[in-house]
Amino acid sequence: MARYLLRRFLQLVVVTFIISVLIFLLVHLLPGNPADVILGSSDTPHNRAILDAQLGLNKPLIQQYGTWLTALFHGNFGQSYLNHESVTHIIATGYPIDLELIVISQVIAFAVAIPLALVTSRRPNRAVDNVATTATFGMLALPPFVIAPIMVAVFAVGLHWFPATGYVPLTQNPGTNLHDMILPSLAITAGSIAVYYRLFRSDLISTLQEDFVTMARSKGLSPRWIMWRHAFRPSSFSLLAAAGVNIGALIAGTFIVEYLFAINGLGFELVTAVQQRDYLVVQGITLVVAVAYVVLQFIIDFIFTIVDPRVTRE
Amino acid sequence: MPDDRELQSTAASGRLLSDQVPGLAAVDELVVSRQSETLDSDDILVRRPLGFLFWLALGWVGLIVLLAVIANLLPLPNPNFQNYNAINVAPSIHHLLGTDDLGRDLLSRVIYGSRVSLIVGFISVAIGLVVGGSLGLVSGYKGGGLDNALNAGSFVLLAFPAIVAVIAIVAFWGSSLLKITIILGVATIPLLYRVVRASSLSFANRDFVIAARTLGATSTRIVFREILPNVVPVAVTFGLITVAGVIVIEGSLAFLGLSVPPPTASWGNIIAEGTANGNLSTNPYIMLWPVLSMFLLLLSINLIGDRLRQRFDIREGLL
Repeated sequence: MARYLLRRFLQLVVVTFIISVLIFLLVHLLPGNPADVILGSSDTPHNRAILDAQLGLNKPLIQQYGTWLTALFHGNFGQSYLNHESVTHIIATGYPIDLELIVISQVIAFAVAIPLALVTSRRPNRAVDNVATTATFGMLALPPFVIAPIMVAVFAVGLHWFPATGYVPLTQNPGTNLHDMILPSLAITAGSIAVYYRLFRSDLISTLQEDFVTMARSKGLSPRWIMWRHAFRPSSFSLLAAAGVNIGALIAGTFIVEYLFAINGLGFELVTAVQQRDYLVVQGITLVVAVAYVVLQFIIDFIFTIVDPRVTRE
Repeated sequence: MPDDRELQSTAASGRLLSDQVPGLAAVDELVVSRQSETLDSDDILVRRPLGFLFWLALGWVGLIVLLAVIANLLPLPNPNFQNYNAINVAPSIHHLLGTDDLGRDLLSRVIYGSRVSLIVGFISVAIGLVVGGSLGLVSGYKGGGLDNALNAGSFVLLAFPAIVAVIAIVAFWGSSLLKITIILGVATIPLLYRVVRASSLSFANRDFVIAARTLGATSTRIVFREILPNVVPVAVTFGLITVAGVIVIEGSLAFLGLSVPPPTASWGNIIAEGTANGNLSTNPYIMLWPVLSMFLLLLSINLIGDRLRQRFDIREGLL
């Protein structure tokens, strides 16, 4: 197990390194130079030479990468060209909001999907199962940018149950914050519920056909006991894997709802920075989100080794 | 007692992970159950009918594609023409779906807007299938160093969250229709490579391939004449599911104002316009039509993909 984790950790390091190189190159090789934005109309060869020297753009690419990476390890992501706010600060204030949105939505998704699958998988193809399966199939076609406007129109504009935009920070008033976060979180939950439910249900159905379940039944164990103590764990592996893969979709989802509800998490900051061509902010947020994603995958793999130790064997 | 075969097939159709996150799904191993399991002869002779819903879904996708293609021939006003005498008009005989807050005809905008989703969706997946598919076909059959390198490379690329990568590239490179299509096309390469590679690998040592090799067939002939025809159903099915995923990513970008620049209509940016400037309370139709069209299009594509997967009996496994 230690060897497996070590190998996965080395992969993590390699992937993180490659990500940092790609993001670095993105700024330096694609057209659209940060200096163009800073200089604007005062773009004379003289000014440009001074700025290039200031930003270190006149040095060889590898040296620039080294400088950039060293600064990163000191927590220095540079600063916004527009308001000179430090990128580290933007990231530090932004990420808890994304985390909160994702945690709330995942708690709801699991709380709905797991019990529902436990109920319907016992009697597949009955009325309840058919309704749930059809409904979740429909939810797969409801990405956040489709479902969120509908939810705002109905629950915020129509019924006035929730605010249509904005939020109160968690530190200011946890109750109001939670209330404001419900609608944005729900908007990114639909897809998760559908994926988790369908996966868990189909795995439960195949587990319930296994010999050890038949054995348990013939011993006269109650259906509930069989479900929880025999079928649950072996059916939950792909659910866990799905949760890992789903993080990517959730990140995209938080970007959408932050933009729609004007909540200034990382997604909101990233989109604004892209629109204003604020390169270092784009670079910093992209790097942090990509690395967080890779690290989360690693954590999920780690949990996997505990839930299903078989994965560590070759 | 439910019939076993029925259960098996519902179990297979329940695995819809890649429907949700096709750009990111870690679809690693495809198991084409035809070879891994012994099926009773019934399964081979009696195919499950595709069903009424399948044809309905195909009809809807066909209609959207047709309207997008012949949009110029239809008696529609220019999608960007601002008629200040008809602002926020409710659906009527003159404007079948009404007009937006700038007096633009919504039916025209929705139909022209569908072009962006369809072009980006289908062409980028075509790019992914041609590039990723041919790499996967060869590396799955040949194995060896090239296969190891491509395999590791695809893992690294899939470790990157697609939406973030796409936003970053759009930020620096720009967002014309061509660029968006290329970026998303390249983004689908590692995924489709993995799907086709896994499928190609599963056929590489089948009896008919060994027979062809024994008879002296060249590698090129084996790949194109023996393996390719068997991989096509898998590639097409997953390609279709990926189309839905790409349409979602393009829609998300457009919603964020990072796709094809205005005034060009796309469903994503019409939805964004419909949610801005208080339009949700004054004229919810602006948002409603593209939302409905997008939902029905994605639903139809998912349904077609799902039925094709049942028909070809494709299972996907994770990790």
